Amino acid sequence: MKEYSQEIRALTMRWVRRLSREKFSMLFTLVQPMLFWLIFFGNLFQRAADMQVTQSSSYISFLTAGVVVMTVLNNGLAGGVDLLFDKENGFLERLMSTPIHRTSVILSRFIFVTTITSLQVLVILAVAWLFGVHPVTGLAGVATILLIGMMFGVGLTAISMAMAFSVKSHGDFFSVLGFLSLPMIFLSSALVPLAAMPGWMGFLAQFNPMTWAIDAVRPLILQGWAEALPHVGMVIGVMVVFDALCLYGGARAFRRAIG
Amino acid sequence: MSRPVAIDVSHLGKTYDKVRAVEDLSFQVYTGEIFGLLGPNGAGKSTTLRILITLLNPTSGSARIFGLDSVKDADRVRQTIGYVPQERAIDRFLTGREHLELLADLYHLSADDAATRIPQLLKLVELEQQADRPAKTYSGGMKRKLDIACGLLPDPKILFLDEPTLGLDVQSRLRIWDHVRAMRERGITVVMTTNYLDEADQLCDRIAIIDGGRIKALGAPNELKVGLGGDLVSLTVREHDRVEKLAAAIRDLPAIRAVTTTTSGLDIRVDSPEKALPAILDAANRLTCQLEFIDYHRPRLDDVFIAHTGRSIKDDQPKAEDT
Repeated sequence: MKEYSQEIRALTMRWVRRLSREKFSMLFTLVQPMLFWLIFFGNLFQRAADMQVTQSSSYISFLTAGVVVMTVLNNGLAGGVDLLFDKENGFLERLMSTPIHRTSVILSRFIFVTTITSLQVLVILAVAWLFGVHPVTGLAGVATILLIGMMFGVGLTAISMAMAFSVKSHGDFFSVLGFLSLPMIFLSSALVPLAAMPGWMGFLAQFNPMTWAIDAVRPLILQGWAEALPHVGMVIGVMVVFDALCLYGGARAFRRAIG
Repeated sequence: MSRPVAIDVSHLGKTYDKVRAVEDLSFQVYTGEIFGLLGPNGAGKSTTLRILITLLNPTSGSARIFGLDSVKDADRVRQTIGYVPQERAIDRFLTGREHLELLADLYHLSADDAATRIPQLLKLVELEQQADRPAKTYSGGMKRKLDIACGLLPDPKILFLDEPTLGLDVQSRLRIWDHVRAMRERGITVVMTTNYLDEADQLCDRIAIIDGGRIKALGAPNELKVGLGGDLVSLTVREHDRVEKLAAAIRDLPAIRAVTTTTSGLDIRVDSPEKALPAILDAANRLTCQLEFIDYHRPRLDDVFIAHTGRSIKDDQPKAEDT
């Protein structure tokens, strides 16, 4: 057990060190999603969006939940990228030739991605606060939002890692990634409530796990515990199943790649 | 005669998606020697190496490292060995020292052990000055030295090197060879893959020539060369239609072992060049067969390779690696 924690600590520190060496990358990962979506999109559609439809005092307050979950989505789907490069340049082999527990590398990645994502979510909520979005459920609500983000993020990171271990080249990986992320956003309740979507889009969006996550985060920000709790309970159940499926697939891909 | 065995490979086979990468490999590596797996790209040497370092499971047969099975006792094997992968297996953003610190934790060294061993290794591979610079600033030779320091960090009984000098300049190459020899002096068994004949020839105590997933020849480079029998005389003949007649005439001469026809002329194995050369020239004159070029050499590892695989090792090397 002591050895296991020594490995995981060292591997997680490696990810932290890498990020801290890439100053620009760090800045952009922290700033980009909220900059583009929350500030620009949120303010841009302030008057174009119908408050009757969004059921909120401002479009930006409606959008905050979407941006939070989009950040989880992007980070999660990109979570396997570093392992992909490690696999391609042979660093992963070097790690795997040491007497570490086979799961340590993956676990370190989950810890790192989850921590960074949670920090970003807090930054987004802080920026939203500056634009007058004050979560009505307070700190406990923020903690619940982080929990939902983590649960969703684990499954997405597992998908990303499974892809990293399965693809033939990193070109394939990034094509799939680019292909997946925008439809996931548009076919969810991130930008527009389901009820206001064209029928077929609303229908598809129901099956998107992102929609479930957003529908639980949004009432935590806008409405209050009474409205939020049923959704939170539901999303936790959905995410347990989602994570289980993703982790199972991820584990299979990992075993195939590592032997 | 029997020397202590470090690695015992028995009827090893590995099949990927119905393609046989290696087939029925059996060999032993003795303690304290430098053992080379020589072969062209795709011959199966990397697959063999990966099985030995527990990263791949064989589909048939077994590999034992100091009596430990590479599959069943994988974890204990990993504690016994060091591995130096190909050049780019380095994290560009970490410094040399951080690489060693990371690996110290993965090998579960105590903080005290790591604090004493890491500076020693940096000194050994002459990277003390650059230890705190990110690896992306390192030259190819420096990266390789860092690789080797990483491989030595666990104080391994066996060190595995995958193409240790691929793409390095001549000077760095010689430095790496020195390091590898120094490891042998320290009692470490070294197993390496290479597709450089001169490297196998000058550095390795024994080599296995692998081609098409099978061992074609096994032994000390000199034994293999002597085993070919005789020195080699190559003739390039101007009029190609006379080659057969010339071959027939030479076959009956004294001190000739074997004559084979090549695309440009003849390859002749001779017992004693002093006797054979004048006789060969005489025969050519008699048949008024004009010779364009005569080459005489002692058997080289090239010749061993060609004799056992039927082709030159350079035939299917990608162009990029020739530079």
